[in-house]
Amino acid sequence: MGKTLFEKIWESHIVVEKQNEPSLIYIDRHLVHEVTSPQAFDGLRVNNRKVRRPDLTIATMDHNVPTNDRSLPILDQTSAVQIQTLEKNCKDFGIKLFDINSPNQGIVHVIGPQLGITLPGYTIVCGDSHTSTHGAFGALALGIGTSDVEHVLASQTMWLEKPKPFEIRVEGKRANPHAVTAKDIVLSIIKNIGTGGGTGTVIEYRGEGIEDLSMEQRMTICNMSIEAGARAGLIAPDEKTFDYLRGREYTPKNYDSLVESWRENLKTDRDAKFEKQFTLHIDDIAPQVSWGTNPGMTCDVTESIPSPDDFSKGDTNQKKGAEKALDYMDLKPGTAIEDIKIDRVFIGSCTNARLEDLIEASKIIKGQKISPVVRAMVVPGSQMVKRQAEEMGLNKIFINANFEWREAGCSMCLGMNPDILSPGERCASTSNRNFEGRQGTGGRTHLVSPVMAAAAAIHGHFVDVRKLDLN
Amino acid sequence: MKPFKNVTSIVTPLDKVNVDTDQIVPKQFLKLVQKSGFGKFLFFNWRYDENENKKSDFVLNDSKYDGSKILVTGDNFGCGSSREHAVWALQDYGFSVIIAPSFADIFFSNCFKNGILPISLDDKTVESIQNETEPIQIDLENQIIKTPSQEISFEIDSHKKKILLEGLDDIAQTFQYEDKISEFEKESKTPSVL
Repeated sequence: MGKTLFEKIWESHIVVEKQNEPSLIYIDRHLVHEVTSPQAFDGLRVNNRKVRRPDLTIATMDHNVPTNDRSLPILDQTSAVQIQTLEKNCKDFGIKLFDINSPNQGIVHVIGPQLGITLPGYTIVCGDSHTSTHGAFGALALGIGTSDVEHVLASQTMWLEKPKPFEIRVEGKRANPHAVTAKDIVLSIIKNIGTGGGTGTVIEYRGEGIEDLSMEQRMTICNMSIEAGARAGLIAPDEKTFDYLRGREYTPKNYDSLVESWRENLKTDRDAKFEKQFTLHIDDIAPQVSWGTNPGMTCDVTESIPSPDDFSKGDTNQKKGAEKALDYMDLKPGTAIEDIKIDRVFIGSCTNARLEDLIEASKIIKGQKISPVVRAMVVPGSQMVKRQAEEMGLNKIFINANFEWREAGCSMCLGMNPDILSPGERCASTSNRNFEGRQGTGGRTHLVSPVMAAAAAIHGHFVDVRKLDLN
Repeated sequence: MKPFKNVTSIVTPLDKVNVDTDQIVPKQFLKLVQKSGFGKFLFFNWRYDENENKKSDFVLNDSKYDGSKILVTGDNFGCGSSREHAVWALQDYGFSVIIAPSFADIFFSNCFKNGILPISLDDKTVESIQNETEPIQIDLENQIIKTPSQEISFEIDSHKKKILLEGLDDIAQTFQYEDKISEFEKESKTPSVL
């Protein structure tokens, strides 16, 4: 019987395999950031252990960093300590660090691919659940906790139970690909399979609807695999993948010979078997807007807030969850999504802060002003994205529309830095999680695509971007 | 890690589904560089109001659950962020067993690295345990939950059970395979980043 892409990568990385027990898997790339690593480095010190492969490890600071003027000191002392701790740890253990002043600094899941550190067929881990992003390149990319960060630092391996392969087919063609984006595809998937739908699996996204996407759009899809509960998500590499990575700063020297082998090997065999299957047809899907407190609580922009009864389909626990979510979000069933007024707009995060996202959003903004009641910001995913956008003049488009144009970081996706919502504020956000308090205690998050966020900024409420001229 | 001992305790019922790790420990507390002392941040936004006064309607603020070591909760517990701080907070607060119909993968894995036993059981059984007002006993060796009215067996893979019962250091275990790791590295030759 044939094998899935995931199984091929898995098998080529087994160091130790035992019957009915986790396998010891070799890790090709370890990405480190300031929040989930300090305790891991401490553990190494206490036990007098070294980093086994500093040459396969890179670090950056993204979660905590302020996104205003980088020449100013960091005011939050605990953040400053965490950032200094990463600097010291990288120095002590010989790890390459893209620090706050590096031209390569940025969200770890944005810089990995951009620098050619992420490669097809590789195993990649990071102490961050959105590591699944790198799966867009046909890598097996896993988010891990701090104990595993320490384990990988010490041994370049980790113990893992083999997840089950899950095929998600995305079929058809979007009528308006500028208005209905990769974000809408992945939110539709999560809406259908639920936030636990992928638990215990590695998703492989396949089909025409995936092949049509650019690399940056594929990253948006794989990024949110974790919001469906999956261990990872991946997409078989193709010519778009190989072209994207060619000639980047850290792309290996023997790249073309690697590509030959990837082209040959990194695909799911015709007769491979998946343990789970779901198909999404995208011909008619609408832009998506989340209304609740997890990413599965999402509907079409043309719909109204569902009643907890309709949403839960008879499941009492889901019903209670929906009631609580509506209470937190201060929304009533029957309210049209387009009637929901917003206070803030955040275009950023490892889901949607790449160059294409900013280009698409800027088309909506160009020559317009945001609503006077809205405060809006763009936080590019990396300093490289920021530079590229500025070379294209996108910063001027956003600034002229009264957007704030910031330095790179995770920013208001999780609000560890000063970029947060005030209690009760409602935000159209291009990030990945609408959990209670995620963007600030008492803040209310609606997940949308960059174009939907941009349009909401202009109008002060959600609008169906299919009605706008995006060409 | 300390070896896991049998636990006898009343249960704390947290009647919610999809509890994410942002709720278990909110982001403003992730800036610390040590592992200890996270218990006071556990479920912070549910436990405290904006003035940091205890909210009377939250289960952890009900004194009858003081000292409980067993949390019983809903589907997909621990979803979202990979932050191990969530497990450190539960452990530091005093929980050593979590019972739910299902857990998110990364959270589940993080539990075993910190001596917490997550047990998944079907919805009905979880509900019956959640309603139990008398202390119950968790016997990991025999994989049995003893309540005043019933004995419920639970599944756990033998490897994870051993890790908890013996309090094994994962990394020391892995170092026993040093020769295999070196052999793998010789054959695979992953290009370095540098």
